[in-house]
Amino acid sequence: MIAALEEAGELGAKKSEYGGAVIASLRRASKNFGDVQALRNVDFAVRAGELVALLGPNGAGKTTAVKLFLGLARPTTGAVSVFGGNPIHAEVRTRIGAMLQVAKVPETLRVKEHIDLFSSYYPRPLPLAEILTLAGLQDLKDREFGELSGGQRQRVLFALALCGDPDILFLDEPTVGLDVEARRGLWEEIRKLIARGKTVLLTTHYLEEADALADRVVVINRGEIIAEGTPAEIKASTTGRRIRCVTSLDIETVRGLPGVIEVRTDREGLEIRASAAEPILRELLMRDAELSSIEVTSAGLEEAFLALTGANNGTI
Amino acid sequence: MATAPLTLVDSSGVRPLSQTLKIYFKEAKYEFLTRLRLRAYSISTISFPLMFYVLFGLVLNPKEAPVGGVGIATYLIPSYGTFGVIGASLFGTASGLAAERGLGWLQVKRASPMPPFAYFAAKVALGMTFSCIVVVLLLLLGVTFGGVHLSFLDAAKLVAILVAGSLPFCAMGLAIGYFVGPNSAVATINLIYLPLSFGSGLWIPIMFLPKLMQQIAHFLPPYHLAQLALSVVGAGQHESNWIHWEALIGFSLICLGVARLGFQRDEGKTYG
Repeated sequence: MIAALEEAGELGAKKSEYGGAVIASLRRASKNFGDVQALRNVDFAVRAGELVALLGPNGAGKTTAVKLFLGLARPTTGAVSVFGGNPIHAEVRTRIGAMLQVAKVPETLRVKEHIDLFSSYYPRPLPLAEILTLAGLQDLKDREFGELSGGQRQRVLFALALCGDPDILFLDEPTVGLDVEARRGLWEEIRKLIARGKTVLLTTHYLEEADALADRVVVINRGEIIAEGTPAEIKASTTGRRIRCVTSLDIETVRGLPGVIEVRTDREGLEIRASAAEPILRELLMRDAELSSIEVTSAGLEEAFLALTGANNGTI
Repeated sequence: MATAPLTLVDSSGVRPLSQTLKIYFKEAKYEFLTRLRLRAYSISTISFPLMFYVLFGLVLNPKEAPVGGVGIATYLIPSYGTFGVIGASLFGTASGLAAERGLGWLQVKRASPMPPFAYFAAKVALGMTFSCIVVVLLLLLGVTFGGVHLSFLDAAKLVAILVAGSLPFCAMGLAIGYFVGPNSAVATINLIYLPLSFGSGLWIPIMFLPKLMQQIAHFLPPYHLAQLALSVVGAGQHESNWIHWEALIGFSLICLGVARLGFQRDEGKTYG
């Protein structure tokens, strides 16, 4: 698992060298919904040909950022630009594909009918057969939307995003709620887009997804960008460790040790996330002679992510 | 900043007129297919007025008791026709809009370069199409089994008036669709639709209603559409048709205004 992550990370680092011109950007963009500040002063750019993952926990502001890029919301302050224009205009929108989180899609239309309708909105749509192939829907084109499984439904929404042959695609949590197999299937389709030279901005709260697909990861939390880099760089920026042990020490005492990021009880023992393992182990062994069942694992991206967002949340 | 960006879409010269028309056509076609296959809509909007007509106009038809100067089988065609048109129009616009607005589908379409007006036009076209189906079927039933005599011209006039009369109620449906949630839409529509139909004399002929209700009926839009339709078969209340048209046009404008408020409120949430 870790090896696979590293491999994907290196691949991402290589790909990012080809970064092209900025084609979509937020400049000092903030978005307020009433008293809630969904985005704060975000500077963010998407370059031609790259796949950027906007990574963050639920409520971090990912969907808001996508809505700004799609012209479905306007920044309270700051600016948004896609292909040098405002995405509320149809001539910009014809170059954009969007996959949004939607609770209900008309269920009695067939897959090919949904695609036919959306294709008509664009000046140069892809042929139906090509769309079906790209989205892996060849065998499902005559099925009504309501008859499809969750993964198949996401594929239809994906097909609608790419049917206008857009230059840039915004995929808002494309695999949320899918099982592992369906998720990996959709990843394959997203990789095909990149192979076709498309630019993709993908939001996700799955690190594995960002790691498997992205050239560049932008970590967002509470409306602010807190880290940015290749998956490998993000990982390197926090050399987190996870320690598991059985101890008689009080959880609050452990939490108070320097360098500890997070502590939680794990069955009869404790699970400690820390920036480095050695000083903590030294301290623990000194304070608790009975300390047993010690396990130290290197933090994956998951830990790195938690460390980043956790620190930002002030939950140390 | 608060101005609706929607109007920009088709004045922006993104696509030639022929393609715009194609979008309008496809939008309407697929709206129609969606609803036709949705039995809850297609069966109930068509079968309820027909069922009432068969029951009260054909089966329980007291042959010797004319209503408003014509046989009951004739009287009930414009009457249940109006009832059917209002149902097809309200359910055709409000329930779809409320669900698609509330559950994210409208947003997916809005993110595309779809001309926004095509979306609303499709809903109105749907309401009018189903209205037309209901009225034609009522006429066929009446002529075939009810011994109704209507010239082809009168029949065509009746269909035309009722289909045109679908418009105010499509406007009403859009207004409702902007102010109800996806789950409460059907219940809300019924709560408005059924009392309104009864009070306008669509179930029980207006002259059999108590005097006070007859007075109140003049303030109900369905009454005016029913009177226009009834006048074709010579069974109206013999008021000037202009009053009815004016009432319906005024009502349409009010509904469109309310729908626009709802639209702007929605836009305000996203564009604010």
